[in-house]
Amino acid sequence: MSVNEESLQATSHRRTWRDVDLRAVAPFAALALLLIVGAIVNPNFISINNLANVATRSAFIAIIAVGATFVISAGDLDLSVGSMVAFVASLMILFMNCGVIADPALMLTAAIAFAVAAGAACGLANGLITTVGRIEPFIATLGTMGIYRGLTTWLSQGGAITLREPEIQELYRPAYFGSILGVPVPIAIILAVTAVAAFILYRTRYGRHVVAVGSNSDVARYSGIAVNRVRTIAFVIQGLCVAIAVLLYVPRLGSTSATTGILWELQAITAVVVGGTALKGGAGRVWGTICGAFILELVGNIMLLSNFISEYLIGAMQGAIIIIAMLVQRSLVRKS
Amino acid sequence: MNSEMIDATRVVLEARRISKSFSGVQVLFSVNFELRAGEIHALMGENGAGKSTLVKILSGFEEPSSGEILLDGKPVKLPANGAAEALGIVIIHQEFNLAEHLTVAESLFLGREVTRFGVLDRKYMRAETRRVLDLLGCRVDANALISSLSIAEKQMVEIAKAISRDARVVFMDEPTAVLSREETNFLFRQVRKLRDHGTSFVFVSHKLDEVIELTDRVTVLRDGQWVKTAPTSMLDGESIAQLMVGREMSSLYPTKSEPDVDEQLVLRVASVSTDYVKDASFEVRKGEILGFSGMIGSGRTELMEAIAGLRPRLSGEVTIRGEAVPSGDVHAANRCGLAYMTKDRKAKGLLLNSGMTANLTLQSLGQHARLGYLSPASEAAALEKARRRFDIRVRDGNVVARRMSGGNQQKLLLAKVMETEPEIIIIDEPTRGIDVGTKQQIYHFISALARDGRSIIVVSSEMPEVIGLCTRVAVMREGRIVGMLEGDEISEQEIMRYAAGLKRMAAA
Repeated sequence: MSVNEESLQATSHRRTWRDVDLRAVAPFAALALLLIVGAIVNPNFISINNLANVATRSAFIAIIAVGATFVISAGDLDLSVGSMVAFVASLMILFMNCGVIADPALMLTAAIAFAVAAGAACGLANGLITTVGRIEPFIATLGTMGIYRGLTTWLSQGGAITLREPEIQELYRPAYFGSILGVPVPIAIILAVTAVAAFILYRTRYGRHVVAVGSNSDVARYSGIAVNRVRTIAFVIQGLCVAIAVLLYVPRLGSTSATTGILWELQAITAVVVGGTALKGGAGRVWGTICGAFILELVGNIMLLSNFISEYLIGAMQGAIIIIAMLVQRSLVRKS
Repeated sequence: MNSEMIDATRVVLEARRISKSFSGVQVLFSVNFELRAGEIHALMGENGAGKSTLVKILSGFEEPSSGEILLDGKPVKLPANGAAEALGIVIIHQEFNLAEHLTVAESLFLGREVTRFGVLDRKYMRAETRRVLDLLGCRVDANALISSLSIAEKQMVEIAKAISRDARVVFMDEPTAVLSREETNFLFRQVRKLRDHGTSFVFVSHKLDEVIELTDRVTVLRDGQWVKTAPTSMLDGESIAQLMVGREMSSLYPTKSEPDVDEQLVLRVASVSTDYVKDASFEVRKGEILGFSGMIGSGRTELMEAIAGLRPRLSGEVTIRGEAVPSGDVHAANRCGLAYMTKDRKAKGLLLNSGMTANLTLQSLGQHARLGYLSPASEAAALEKARRRFDIRVRDGNVVARRMSGGNQQKLLLAKVMETEPEIIIIDEPTRGIDVGTKQQIYHFISALARDGRSIIVVSSEMPEVIGLCTRVAVMREGRIVGMLEGDEISEQEIMRYAAGLKRMAAA
């Protein structure tokens, strides 16, 4: 017994900077580095205005990526999120255009509830196909990616779907362009979503189960965890996050088309991986994820503000970032 | 054997004053070790004594912090990550490194495929595989898929792989842990044969009788320090155990306490069948320790998993205190107070990359949640209690399970299962791959739990364990319960008779 106590004390003394998990810190260090690089490239970059702008624009990917953190932590993958954004947004606008409710405020509220339900249903479909249907998540969501995208194209007849009611538009605008206590609404929503997600992942039974399932589903099963339910709920959470992103997206342009949200799934996965979540599951880092989303947007912004790299290379740059992030992650794992 | 020993005093591989630290914690202290040509050398020690670390250093998987390694008398720096195979140093891991989808021949030549004009020379590789397998007396088909082999056969393929690479030094880490007695005998015959041809073996095992039977010399480590190297013939099991533990061994098994005949029946299993198990029935009383013996593959684990709801039942009933437990429902079984502790602690028991707390409370998170919020303080208190109760000794409280010794992992797993406060505990292989000292502790934990009024089912392939712990022993063979022994009937011979099919109880 005394052995235990001695060793416990010994470690509490030895707890130094070396115990800090480098993988958790790496994305924030990268963010700091980017800020410095940006400031050198262009003095306007570091202004509050510009940074707030960047953060606002990263909102869609950040919120979707928070959901993706759950799916990936549980050991799955969701490729359908980009199409899901287009599909849910189209449904929401069509719902508002159909005019079953006369009062604009009431209509908006109903539309929001409708979008959330639609997002959850899309996520549930993904979850059930992978768990009950026992299809690899990669294939299952590749399928629904096509389905959601195709349905959007069909709904819009190849064109755009635009919100027609000006009253609702007026009422809805502040959801993207407004601010709360000086903080732009999208930023406030990123923070709120992330805080809730972090609480669920780190401080609830469900969050612990997600990590256990992603880390070793056999151990989870032998521990009496309903593995398929945990995975399905993760997909539903992803759907809800997509719905929240849609709620911000619709007031921004007031319209969608078949090309809405194309390649967002890649950006979301990149944000998750850059944020330090292991792609093979078992470790989720929610705050790292939004940091990753912010990094992606910042790189684009720096490229725009600097004159020596063409902004047409943004896509290539984002692709390079995911590869570099994986390399860095792996070298950090070796060291620890 | 002696005639070979005389000309075989040449040292092949030697460790001189090897020390090793992991992030500031020293695990080996200036250890010396020498392996002669054509000997089988046992490396013994409790879990955490440093055996695995020494093996890893001598096979190039870890670098020593100080000291030197000599190969054929010349200092060498072993190449990392298994590249030492090129020098003839091969390690056969406890967990096999075989790809399930490959054939035996493909596995043998993996990474050094033979080609003719740039095309795989499959004919040659198959013939060569056959030759090596015949050399071992192993009848496995060279074209068989690895996934179709038994564990013993996989072990043989690993050894064949080592031989086909002209291994001079073979490290075997607990090779018999998953083998039946028969398979073990077979393995030992082949190992002796190879030894006589000049191959050297380092044999890491916790089974004292096997060490005595097989090895030529024994080296004992304790707490990272070299204790003794001596010819096996000069030692017996008792003296090796004493060297390992460093203290007089008190009795390994606690005294048995038999439950009253009229004690309440808590578990009734009535003609349970799965796709392998046939018509299994038995009962367990409160406070009883019931053993399950039998060969590997006799269906014990399948039966227990079916009872615990981890595997569907095709027919039959399980009742706990008169309440029927539905088939394939882990939760229902847990609610009724039944818990199953897996034999596979690394793949099914613990989250190896998580710390002790996350592992301990995984099965019982409800106890620490208030309105869904998990209280860190409550979890920390549970860990503190479990560490005291099950004497889990680690240097760093935040260590991940992977870095813990086998004995501590097993104690943690037992603690995890006990967190659910079960009334009936099924423990599958309670002491697989752990040292004598920890074994003794676990036996005493089990005994104490039974005295506490809990019922325990011990599934074990180690007969002394079943005999030493249990008041009744069921013997399984080919999916059926073929014998139920009580009192004086419980002996190794009697169990063997049932397990081998020489005897079976009258059909009930």
